[in-house]
Amino acid sequence: MREFSITTLGDAGWLLEFADRLDAAINARVVWVADDVRRAEYPGVRDVVPAFHSLAVYFDPLRTDADRLRAALEASAAASRDAPISSATPREVPVRYGGEHGPDLDWMISSTGVSRDEIIAMHAAPIYRVYMIGFTPGFAYLGTVDSRIAVPRHATPRVRVPAGSVGIAGQQTGIYPSETPGGWRVIGRTPFRPFQPLRPDPFLLKPGDTVRFAPMDEESYRRQTNTSAEARERRDGSRDGSPGGPG
Amino acid sequence: MASLLVLRPGLLSTVQDLGRWGWQAFGVSASGPMDSRAHRLANALVGNPPEAATLEITLVGPELAFDDERVVAICGADFVVTVGDHLASHAASFRVPAGGHLRFGRRGRGTRAYLAVEGGLAVASVLGSRSTHVPSGMGGHAGRPLTTDDRVPLGPKHPQRSAGRRAPTVEMPDGRARLRVLPIENTSHFPTEALAQLQSEPYTLRPESNRMGYRLVGPVVASETTGTLLSQPSPIGSIQVPPDGQPILLMADRQTTGGYPVLGTVISADLGLAGQLGPGDTVSFTVCTRQEALAALIAQERLLMAPR
Repeated sequence: MREFSITTLGDAGWLLEFADRLDAAINARVVWVADDVRRAEYPGVRDVVPAFHSLAVYFDPLRTDADRLRAALEASAAASRDAPISSATPREVPVRYGGEHGPDLDWMISSTGVSRDEIIAMHAAPIYRVYMIGFTPGFAYLGTVDSRIAVPRHATPRVRVPAGSVGIAGQQTGIYPSETPGGWRVIGRTPFRPFQPLRPDPFLLKPGDTVRFAPMDEESYRRQTNTSAEARERRDGSRDGSPGGPG
Repeated sequence: MASLLVLRPGLLSTVQDLGRWGWQAFGVSASGPMDSRAHRLANALVGNPPEAATLEITLVGPELAFDDERVVAICGADFVVTVGDHLASHAASFRVPAGGHLRFGRRGRGTRAYLAVEGGLAVASVLGSRSTHVPSGMGGHAGRPLTTDDRVPLGPKHPQRSAGRRAPTVEMPDGRARLRVLPIENTSHFPTEALAQLQSEPYTLRPESNRMGYRLVGPVVASETTGTLLSQPSPIGSIQVPPDGQPILLMADRQTTGGYPVLGTVISADLGLAGQLGPGDTVSFTVCTRQEALAALIAQERLLMAPR
């Protein structure tokens, strides 16, 4: 069986797919190919979009030799076999677990039978990989969550999940970059904002990066939200993640 | 800086340029005009480059007051438009005097019109684009559709200006449209009859169809997928099939990735026509080849570039 396939995404895109599973080695190949294709700067390429086990290259069909691009993508996919899984130092993300910041933590204790302290320890222990960013700007899908706390989503999503909320959905965990609707089980909140629209480099996490969560107490949470996130939000006028400031 | 004052916003009026490309790896939707043909033609008529921001106007149009005299043009959906007491021409450039009111009235064919103003709509650029993406509150005018009393800044006037230019006619739906599709190859998610089912009868756009996507009602398309897939990148025009077999056609404001299997993608040349559909309209799909898709796009490009 082939290791990968390339299929048509209309006349303006190619889709590269590796084996259909959540796997760090496969995802590392996706990230490697995305970087390789970007670096090559093929004329007419409009966007390169890596996901869990697949990658799209979108191009302008009037400016691009689609067959040549496909061949280049195929060569890159074949060359990605030895892509390093990750070398970067994990980014430490502080989290205030439970209470008003983690409204689903009590439910998790009763549904999993795991104690509060153990849930926090299990969530904060692994070095997670950023498999993909999607859903809303800067929302990183992190894996893999300990199977003992891999709880399913809410049947009906919440209408509003505050920015900075840290949630679990099956074996994935993630940080809500802005206030949005959301169905993940929210167990805590962080002052860290993965999307800071006014920075020249506005996204602080990218596919292939690693993250480790660190429990923090209420006092440091308040201090850090006062000095960083809320101040930033006031300055940007972007409480909802909108970069549109005044005027 | 000269501006447009919004007296009535219309149903859904958003600032759009050619879209926010290059950030989909970070979950940033491309957005951009639903009908890029009409957006480009309107810009060309007033002497703007194709990437200048226009106002995309949906179903019910706005009423706008101008600070200074401007050459403007409206392409796409065919509205009755007046400037003061005068009827304005569709798909042609004309002048609005300083203090003049531009008023959109009854709508004919199409769902979305594009108002280009000489100098462009000069809202701030966010991640390289002025397009509004309402679901994430990004870009355009404060990240949202226009509301009454908004002031939309305008770019500088052109030194050489001309009113009275006319645009070529592009195909518009009359409550229905036929869209050509390139199917995905070698898919394990659909049985062989899925493509025939998609082409068997027209589909109707459900009321909740919007800039993110069109939810369609019609023949059930069989899929062989159980549960959800690992999310994959979703291009504009892709046809996703959820477990109920009722396809979703993804449009400009779609999320960057999706979890339903994709059966095929509408060809680039037909995306503008697709963008003119609205709730209750019908759409039929026909499979075509990559060669046909490219030929259709080149023919459309010739039409859009035709001298005026």
